[in-house]
Amino acid sequence: MAGLDKRVATYEEALAGLTDNMTVLAGGFGLCGIPENLIAQIKRMGVKGLTVVSNNCGVDGFGLGVLLEDRQIRKMIASYVGENKLFEEQLLNGQLEVELTPQGTLAEKMRAGGAGIPAFYTATGYGTPVAEGKETRQFNGRNVILEEAITGDFAIIKGWKADHFGNVVYRHTAQNFNPVAATAGKITVVEVEEIVEPGVLLPTEIHTPGIYVDRVILGTFEKRIEQRTVRKA
Amino acid sequence: MALSREQMAQRVARELQDGFYVNLGIGIPTLVANYVPDGIDLMLQSENGLLGMGAFPTEETIDADMINAGKQTVTARVGASIFNSAESFAMIRGGHVDLTVLGAFEVDVEGNIASWMIPGKLVKGMGGAMDLVAGADNIIVTMTHASKDGESKLLSRCSLPLTGAGCIKKVLTDLAYLEIENGAFILRETAPGVTVEEIIAKTAGKLIVPDDVVEMKF
Repeated sequence: MAGLDKRVATYEEALAGLTDNMTVLAGGFGLCGIPENLIAQIKRMGVKGLTVVSNNCGVDGFGLGVLLEDRQIRKMIASYVGENKLFEEQLLNGQLEVELTPQGTLAEKMRAGGAGIPAFYTATGYGTPVAEGKETRQFNGRNVILEEAITGDFAIIKGWKADHFGNVVYRHTAQNFNPVAATAGKITVVEVEEIVEPGVLLPTEIHTPGIYVDRVILGTFEKRIEQRTVRKA
Repeated sequence: MALSREQMAQRVARELQDGFYVNLGIGIPTLVANYVPDGIDLMLQSENGLLGMGAFPTEETIDADMINAGKQTVTARVGASIFNSAESFAMIRGGHVDLTVLGAFEVDVEGNIASWMIPGKLVKGMGGAMDLVAGADNIIVTMTHASKDGESKLLSRCSLPLTGAGCIKKVLTDLAYLEIENGAFILRETAPGVTVEEIIAKTAGKLIVPDDVVEMKF
């Protein structure tokens, strides 16, 4: 790891510096496009008291769900958390705090965080429990609430291909929250299926420019499917 | 007879127009895609970041990286585009989606909608529903008119925590198609064989019955 070469060889190096009580932003939607090996490394490291920001919290035994097993997550900020028994258990007995956040607001909070915008107004959530305790205003007759940006100590990202500069492209809908979270980490770590030679990724096709990325690591992925739906050929 | 889920989807599909970008929620709204009228070309938006959702894949083409907002494996149609979650909700919040169809527990005469939280039961989250109802101008709510116990779901004021305030203008139930205007439900269409009296009896919020109510045909 030197200069503009962001590559690291091991998952230990990839998450070096991650300690207790930090905030971790994680890409992914359901189990699609999740940084599954970086999550597994956080489990191995055993860090506790984490605030995790992600659309969902994995399932029992896979994805972010594995971080519940040793109670490593103190607080979860997510839009939907319905797929996980252990999550329910820890929530009901008060071991886990959850801040449910509308999906678009969650994405925008991270986008704003990465873009240096401290807060923004949105109509989403006005008049609902989400608005409780938040400043409200009217613009052009429309009621809106003030939502604060989110940044993380670490962002953990799943890409498809990267070069050593940290330029990343994502594959299909495995993109989802990844490029947004990538902008908002103090240290952004991207694991990818393939690291390509410089120049292979065209400047016009880059989803995440390398300026946002601190570390790149090559991984192998299970890519578990949550809802296998098919039609007859 | 109350409408079946398929008939509800068919009725909603009559609102589709050529060139529309449409977001369909989970459940009955998803079925609407099966009844797109001939000669109409539209794009389905899936809020995880896909505009131009296609059919389910075959066993041969299934791809873990290609899912919809219900986390089902799908394909992309010709002309589709794929983007990140902030972009996806910029489309939604920015009012670029022409029609949104979603389910609900309750709606009321002020256009409020409750669809995500029942106090005392485990709350799983609102997902993208709050963004959709706040951002879209043209929303159709699909729901049963009353609960299994006969309790109306069309109320003077929603009893459950809201998903959005003052944002609903059209409701299709298994008994009727109604619009919401000036603090009242306006009955526009009845399901085949369902009487206006039954709809009045099962609508708790203020209901206006104009002279020109029509019966739906299938």
